[in-house]
Amino acid sequence: MSINNLTIHETKEALKEGKFSTEELVDSYIDHIEKIDPKVDAFLLKCLDRAKDQAKKIDSEKQNDTCSLSGIPYALKDNICTKGIKTTAASKMLYNFIPPYNADVYERLNSMNSIMLGKVNMDEFAMGSSTENSAFKVTKNPWDLSTVPGGSSGGSAVAVASDMAAFALGTDTGGSIRQPASLCGVVGLKPTYGLVSRFGLIAFASSLDQIGTFAKDVEDTAIILNAIAGHDPKDSTSLDLPKKDYTDQLKNGTKELTIGILKNYKAEGVQEEVQTAMDDAIAAYKSMGAKVVEVDFRYFKQALAAYYIIACAEASSNLARYDGVRYGFRAKDYTDYIDMYYKTRSEGFGSEVKRRIMLGTYALSSGYYDAYYKKAMQVRTVIINEYKKIFDQCDVLLTPTSATTAFKIGEKMNDPLQMYMSDTFTVPINIAGIPAISIPAELDHKGLPIGLQIVGPVLGEEKILQAAWALEKHFDFRKNQPNL
Amino acid sequence: MEYEVVVGMEIHAELLTKTKIFCSCPTKFGDPENTHTCPICLGMPGVLPVLNKSVVKYAVRAGLALNCKIANFSKMDRKNYFYPDLPKAYQTSQYDRPLCLGGTVNINVNGKTKPIGITRIHIEEDAGKLLHESSDGTLVDVNRCGVPLIEIVSEPDIRGPEEARIFAEKVRNTLEYTGVSDCKMEEGSIRFDVNVSVREKGSKELGTRTEMKNLNSFRALERAIKYESKRQIIELKKGHSIVQETRKWDDVKGISSAMRSKEDAQDYRYFPEPDLVPIVISDDEIKKAKDQLPEMPEAKKERYMAEYNLPEYDANLITSTKETARFFESTVNLCNHPKQVANWLMVDIPAHLKEKDLTMDTIPFSPEDLAELINLIQDGTISGKIAKSVMEKMFDEEGSPKEIVEKHNWAQMQDTGELKSIIEKIVQDNPKSVSDIAAGNKKAYGFLTGQVMKATKGKANPQLANKIIREVVSKKIDE
Amino acid sequence: MSISNEEVTYVSKLARLRFNEEETNKMAEELGSVLDYVATLNEVDTKDIQPTEHILPVSNVFRDDVVGTPLSNDVALSNAPDQENGCFKVPRVLD
Repeated sequence: MSINNLTIHETKEALKEGKFSTEELVDSYIDHIEKIDPKVDAFLLKCLDRAKDQAKKIDSEKQNDTCSLSGIPYALKDNICTKGIKTTAASKMLYNFIPPYNADVYERLNSMNSIMLGKVNMDEFAMGSSTENSAFKVTKNPWDLSTVPGGSSGGSAVAVASDMAAFALGTDTGGSIRQPASLCGVVGLKPTYGLVSRFGLIAFASSLDQIGTFAKDVEDTAIILNAIAGHDPKDSTSLDLPKKDYTDQLKNGTKELTIGILKNYKAEGVQEEVQTAMDDAIAAYKSMGAKVVEVDFRYFKQALAAYYIIACAEASSNLARYDGVRYGFRAKDYTDYIDMYYKTRSEGFGSEVKRRIMLGTYALSSGYYDAYYKKAMQVRTVIINEYKKIFDQCDVLLTPTSATTAFKIGEKMNDPLQMYMSDTFTVPINIAGIPAISIPAELDHKGLPIGLQIVGPVLGEEKILQAAWALEKHFDFRKNQPNL
Repeated sequence: MEYEVVVGMEIHAELLTKTKIFCSCPTKFGDPENTHTCPICLGMPGVLPVLNKSVVKYAVRAGLALNCKIANFSKMDRKNYFYPDLPKAYQTSQYDRPLCLGGTVNINVNGKTKPIGITRIHIEEDAGKLLHESSDGTLVDVNRCGVPLIEIVSEPDIRGPEEARIFAEKVRNTLEYTGVSDCKMEEGSIRFDVNVSVREKGSKELGTRTEMKNLNSFRALERAIKYESKRQIIELKKGHSIVQETRKWDDVKGISSAMRSKEDAQDYRYFPEPDLVPIVISDDEIKKAKDQLPEMPEAKKERYMAEYNLPEYDANLITSTKETARFFESTVNLCNHPKQVANWLMVDIPAHLKEKDLTMDTIPFSPEDLAELINLIQDGTISGKIAKSVMEKMFDEEGSPKEIVEKHNWAQMQDTGELKSIIEKIVQDNPKSVSDIAAGNKKAYGFLTGQVMKATKGKANPQLANKIIREVVSKKIDE
Repeated sequence: MSISNEEVTYVSKLARLRFNEEETNKMAEELGSVLDYVATLNEVDTKDIQPTEHILPVSNVFRDDVVGTPLSNDVALSNAPDQENGCFKVPRVLD
């Protein structure tokens, strides 16, 4: 086993024991990135010299014991702003944008001396479920290079799945962390809305966006969450709560837990092997002493419909600032300033982004607001209430993360609706603002990972991590490794 | 047919906060372009707004001063449109749940009080400035982006240009009084948009209105409404209908003209701002804010009339600006002659301020100085006429009134003996006046007084001089 | 639910996007099929249901009115596609 295959807690242990230095650790990642990334195309920008310098400094100043993430190399989704380092959201619109500010999460990781290896690929402005909508490159799934890694945080998932980073941050608006985590066989957490600051996250849909984690196991997930969660006065929607240690209850087992299972989940086009993984998980929970109950969720379709209205409406406004005036791409050969706006936006955005801006603009336009936007916000209330009912009956909810394993590159590109439907199980979670984690369970017959999602109520992170840790022990998925 | 002019007004006032509405950039006016910017007001990707506490405080104060109901719950919304002076391509404003609702402003028209309804007041951010000084393009200055504004919307209760001006002045004074805005029209910190329509007198229906934006003086406001209402009446008399449009007022030419209609229909796609949370204000907090309101001009006026015995006209003028009222009260506290203080503040001081291009904020002397000047008149040290010269020197910053009087040797002649000998000589030299007086022509006294003032270079105490002249003349006649 | 090419054109103007005829047809078709799906919202009875504007019951998040350090002019303009005299520059805007 190579150094860069270790989890964070294993790496920290080894660093502590002096098995290798931070510099050796980072060198191992750099070598691996140089070997592997040309095959999977996860990185948009590599900051390797910078990483190496940082590692040397940490070694010379003996800072690698200072906290849980010091010296740990990671990858950052390219919609998270890094001061002085190009941040593009994988869009031509921001192909040259260098932010003069840091995202709050990046600031937090910097203060812990974590080492950022680079910025990773994604669907343009986080709009997509396959990372095929990047303006720059198509990232491949390390388990089968002809399939997609999922999206929109495909680069983050691939960086961790192929051992090019010990962990990664991604963002999740409708499943953009959990679905790629599932498709790539890693652990992905979307925290409760408001738990992690959105400051410096290039907005897609403000009321749904949340930064979260990609890790090799559940314990690492808790460690990273400890680092990035917390109140930020720069984000008005950031929760001001006492600091928690998410590793505290991690290993408490599931005897005290009631696991909810959805009665009707199979009806959502769930692949047979995914159903088998679900059955395995249910049996495992029962054998570990957890109580398993059936619960009802009636609004998969409506959640997806509400999601596309709310997300696109907010996006149409959030993406209006890209006009070629103050930063980013500006088209050439315009006749006047209005033409400059049209050309810049028509040339700068990719087709999926334009489609969503159009849908959102339509939904907010005069005469349609009540029928679409307001209706969607009301359905949102109904969905929140539905989850409240569910969590009156159980502590956490177990569902598939994605109905199917990874699909072929290009397979769904010409059918937006089909693509949207790959988010069936993840989207309702964002609508309700609640936390959910995806953990890898098994491989399907094609050797592609199957992920399961554990959902909790608002601020139920400890419970879902606890349930996920137990299930992870059962599946022991890490015995499988992609063959690159 | 007789027509009635109906006006509604939208007033934007910049709030006197130190920082912008959603970021910590300074709001200071007049600094070099793009030096008060940050990623937030530049609308850079991924940054988030946080509402300035003082914006809510000031807006609530404005609402209370304009007799509005303060909403216990209000929220921010986005108003979406593209323009190079609007970095985010949406203005963060308030749509269906504004901070203040349903107020009234009482204005004085021809001695009668008339209430004008305030529909609402909401908070929002200002846009940037476009500068047209480049040879081949337009330059964008972001300094003003995000400066906090309140928008005050009136009911269409205003009838005609004069009422509109009085209303606008009243609102301006109220905002200035409460310290909510500095209301400097020349810096654009208060801006008036008017909606003008005309209708047959007696009609209940509103006519089609036109809008004129950014009228930048009270005079322009009054003239623009006068012109526009006349234009509409002429159109209607010709049998034409009024087109609902935005018109531009040209204050130099004194005409309004239709603005080039924007390319698109206006469809602002308002929706709740997801990056900002609601504003919740309890009744207790509203009451506290009410208790902290300063005395309003109207109440002040009543008090000046009762406490200082000022005529209504004087009280009105003195309370029309906060600075004048403050100067008045400070001066009266030092010398108990309110009417005289008022006179100075109504006549001489405004004239000098105007001539020197100063305001009550920048007046070069203190209430102590004015009190001293008035006391010098009262104790007979100087005459009212000399006092005017002293005032002039006070504006030239020559020193305190006492110092000026001393420097110019302007103190009145108080020595009866010296004055008497001067008068005796004048009476001696003007026998014609004495015989005129003896013949019953009292006007000749005036001539003699003039001669005495001339001889003493105005320093003779006029009362004293008159007394002595009469004594000397009657003695002469008796001879 | 179908959406006409005229509606697509109207919306594209609001969004400052330009589509040629072929793209407009395609956009109308794609938006139409998404809107058909969205019609499932009408299966939920939302009479008397308040819209959720914020997921979390948070209110009154304020900043103190304290001046911070603005960006220097050159940093503010460092990403500008075009600039002149310390300002962002755009093609001439007529009032």
